[in-house]
Amino acid sequence: MTETEKFWRTERDADGVESWILDVPGARANVLSKAVLTELEQLVAAAEAAPPKGIIIRSGKETGFIAGADVNEFLVMNASIDVVHEHIRWTQALFDRLERLRCKTVAAIDGFCLGGGLELSLACDYREAVDEPHTRIGLPEVRLGIHPGYGGAARLPGRVGHLAAMDMMLSGRALSARAAKRLGLVDQAVPLRQLVRTAKALVLEKPRSREPVWWQRLAGNAVLRPIVAMALRKTVAKKARKDHYPAPYALIDLWQRSAGNHARMLAGEADSVSRLLAGDTSKNLLRVFFLQERLKGLGRGGSFKADHVHVVGAGVMGGDIAAWCALRGLTVTLQDQSPERIAPAIGRARALFQKKLKLPRLVQAAMDRLIPDVKGIGVARADVVIEAIFENLEAKHALLKAIEPRLKDGALLATNTSSIPLENLAEVLDDPKRLVGLHFFNPVAQMQLVEIVRSRFTSEEVVADATRFARQIDRLPLPVKSSPGFLVNRILMPYLIEAVRLEGEGVQAEAIDGAALEFGMPMGPIELADVVGLDVCLSVAEILAKALGTEVPERLRSMVAAGNLGRKSGRGFYQHRKGQVIKGKYDKGLFVPADLTDRLMLSMLNEAVACLREGVVEDADLLDAGIIFGTGFAPFRGGPLHYAGDAGISTLRKGLDVLSGNYGDRFRPDQGWSSLEGEA
Amino acid sequence: MAKRTTSTAAKGAPVYIVDGSRTPQLKARGQPGPFRASDLAVSAGRALLLRQPFPASALDEVIIGCVMPGPDEANIGRVIALRLGCGTGVTAWTVQRNCASGMQALDCAYRNISMGRSDLVLAGGVEAMSHAPVLMNEAMVKWLGDWNAAKRLPDRLKLLGRLRLRHLSPIIGLLRGLTDPVVGLSMGQTAENLAYRFGIDRETMDAFALQSHQRLAAAQDGGLLADEIEPLYDPAGACVLEDDGLRRDSSVERLGKLKPVFDRPYGLVTAGNSAQVTDGAAMLVLASEQAVKDHDLKVIGRIVDCEWAGLDPAEMGLGPAYAMAGLLKRRRLKIEDIDCWEINEAFAAQVLACLEAWKDADFCKRELHTRSPLGEIDMTRLNIDGGGIALGHPVGASGARIVLHAARLLERIEGRYAMASLCIGGGQGGAMLVERG
Repeated sequence: MTETEKFWRTERDADGVESWILDVPGARANVLSKAVLTELEQLVAAAEAAPPKGIIIRSGKETGFIAGADVNEFLVMNASIDVVHEHIRWTQALFDRLERLRCKTVAAIDGFCLGGGLELSLACDYREAVDEPHTRIGLPEVRLGIHPGYGGAARLPGRVGHLAAMDMMLSGRALSARAAKRLGLVDQAVPLRQLVRTAKALVLEKPRSREPVWWQRLAGNAVLRPIVAMALRKTVAKKARKDHYPAPYALIDLWQRSAGNHARMLAGEADSVSRLLAGDTSKNLLRVFFLQERLKGLGRGGSFKADHVHVVGAGVMGGDIAAWCALRGLTVTLQDQSPERIAPAIGRARALFQKKLKLPRLVQAAMDRLIPDVKGIGVARADVVIEAIFENLEAKHALLKAIEPRLKDGALLATNTSSIPLENLAEVLDDPKRLVGLHFFNPVAQMQLVEIVRSRFTSEEVVADATRFARQIDRLPLPVKSSPGFLVNRILMPYLIEAVRLEGEGVQAEAIDGAALEFGMPMGPIELADVVGLDVCLSVAEILAKALGTEVPERLRSMVAAGNLGRKSGRGFYQHRKGQVIKGKYDKGLFVPADLTDRLMLSMLNEAVACLREGVVEDADLLDAGIIFGTGFAPFRGGPLHYAGDAGISTLRKGLDVLSGNYGDRFRPDQGWSSLEGEA
Repeated sequence: MAKRTTSTAAKGAPVYIVDGSRTPQLKARGQPGPFRASDLAVSAGRALLLRQPFPASALDEVIIGCVMPGPDEANIGRVIALRLGCGTGVTAWTVQRNCASGMQALDCAYRNISMGRSDLVLAGGVEAMSHAPVLMNEAMVKWLGDWNAAKRLPDRLKLLGRLRLRHLSPIIGLLRGLTDPVVGLSMGQTAENLAYRFGIDRETMDAFALQSHQRLAAAQDGGLLADEIEPLYDPAGACVLEDDGLRRDSSVERLGKLKPVFDRPYGLVTAGNSAQVTDGAAMLVLASEQAVKDHDLKVIGRIVDCEWAGLDPAEMGLGPAYAMAGLLKRRRLKIEDIDCWEINEAFAAQVLACLEAWKDADFCKRELHTRSPLGEIDMTRLNIDGGGIALGHPVGASGARIVLHAARLLERIEGRYAMASLCIGGGQGGAMLVERG
């Protein structure tokens, strides 16, 4: 080992095979920073001069191979397209040199191998991966608004075939070791105990790697490429619009132009990625990435760790929270009044486990961890007790009173209420300090956000433990103040109400949802109301209306009174069949108000500004994070407040003034806009 | 002439029944049910362990009786222990004594505790009869062996030519399991033997069967089994709360119409007066005095003693008559001392034959070595809440179920002693004596 080696450690064994072990000091995961690559360049140069018998590239970390490029450096670099372009070209050249080394090279992957990490691996002769669930291999760049730039787009089709490669890069999804083996992305999927032996065998025995099957190669044929590209664009268009998310389209263009030509692909990657990085979408998606990291970081430190969770209430929320906790490895007792009420939750849990865990052995273990508990015996054993019964103050009071004396020392007592102020719930407790809100969103398995709701009484320690627990079950914690609707529902509700009002005024539901989709929302507000359930919307709207002095449209009341509750009853604003919404054609001949989008989005933004002013969350970034992860708010816009800044605070405020002139007080700009204007 | 075996553990330290639970028993309906054997035992066991004041890791061992575990359930006791979260350090094993496997598991636990080798044991029985294997016949297995050995195409073609339809006829594991391999009789035919020997007619059998259904119905309606049964939750999102073999529409007329299934066409034993083929599990926590003290356990009863007896396999249904007699004799108890009897209903004919045998001076003298007949068991004290005919007989589980039920019954009727006994395919009988509190 030489003095200059800070990131890479090298070892040479008796057979002359060298191991290059990456262990970035002080970091939890390895990333390919400029410094790491610079040191790799020295290793490559040395190997060029005196090649060892073979080279094994692996990680010195407990978990993970290489998590990707250093995203932090992107932020610094994307000040200038040229700097980025130059860095990419330099890295590509380095990987080319690695690929051309005279000895065989193998990437020994254990854990995460993502983005730049996989691109480095692709420059090796062989790849092998540890066949364990923690191994995830993929190119997730599109999720940051870019695409692979270190030769990934150029090399991947040669390994797995064109269609499979494009699918991986366009979806950004990560593969298990076994799936990667099936695709031919890795040469071997092995148990950890065989990782080094296999690596050595590969570099010394030099077997031929498997080639993609003929039709996978055929798809890259120059004559067929335009047709394939067209089909790919069509598939992508179903998920992401080009004006919102340009990266996948740029990748398809690049592939159509240059697939099969290594040098041109590399040059194209560099041009395209440096351009994308300079665009707003990528900047905002990077922002979202860092917001996510910030939420993840909130749960760090502290020693709280739960083994057993007790959930009371096996309805949609309670049952799904219980299933999620069991999926994440906790023992869960699920309580409700009768076995008949618990059974459907067990059925849903089973479907979830099967989808996520696949292996029957793991599904069985998760099912064994989820224990129906009609008598509520689990309360006394649980580290976390979550109340998720129906929204009724008296019922919750009775329950909390019964639970409190049975709790273990130090156990968390949480409520999943979405509308009852925690202060009101805590008043029956001997120790109101210990009640905290863990507000999950529906569907639990898809919505990453959990609002950590603190009342006036809740102790800091309890908030910290709850936050830590949210991380333990791999959710994103967002600390919020217990005020009506907390953060997410409060900001969502005026927007939903406005949508319902518009529909009541005779605007076609499809047009309203269309406007929201155009803005970048993942689902239109009318459809969302149907999915959530109009009865649920009404009850939340009424609670908020009381607290915030707004009105609930008559239309919503009459729909609920008529029993049209949305998806669950088969009929709401739309018809629903087998859980699928049936939408009509967007009829352009019908009346569409010019201020449709403004009425929807400014309702939301105005409420966001009010929440910030009232301190419902600590700062604007946390607010944006909450709305993005809690509602799916257009990630490429970077969050509502960030968007407000981009769109211009005074412009938006003027827009609200116009709307309040036309429609009344509900659009009166919140006082908070002035202080935002002051900052801008 | 039958020969008795004698339990040696009779004078050891006391062994307590702390608690127990079982699944509802699910009638097999022609195809594998929603639960495998270990699923059933885990379902009953985890609810049982959840309500104990000690963690699962405090158990010394887990002992499970099971006749036919599934192919993925080798040493099913260990599979169950690990799935219950007992941890790797808790040892576990599996016992098999056919229809008495569950009782054998309790006896093993009882012996280890009374000898001082264990303090806290989870023991019970399980059977998923609907999952009994269907096997390839020997000709087919041999053909497959040849196929694997044949490497060249001509050889393989020749082999294909030799494949016949009869190669595909399967062996139904359940039928083979219920046939005595030594005397060549099915269990039903051994019951026909007893009906013949003791002159039990069809009407009496059917009346007994009807009573079993009526008693189970009354127990279900009165909620008398609620503290014994833990609901089963199936993967599709449904739950089962009660034994589903109960026929509330059963009547003497309906039973009378059924055709005999074992001795066709003029036999006496029908599906209606035999135990149902069923899936189920029953689990108990047994403890030593020390464990009761350490964990401050409430106990529901005490296992006083256990007895096993051997007899002619062709009359295996008389097993309880031998085993219970031996137990009463060793404990110096009379029929009147027993407050309730749980004699597993494999066949109505078989239970009735046991009762007849005890009234028969000649039988008692020659077979049980008593000077006078043992006497008559009061029918109102026998199988008070019905038995295997109504709720089924998952072979590995029944022995544990009847002991659990006997202990619960003693609490309910405030009696002192309960006798649980069953007949065992292959010609044995097992009996366990339980004392309340």
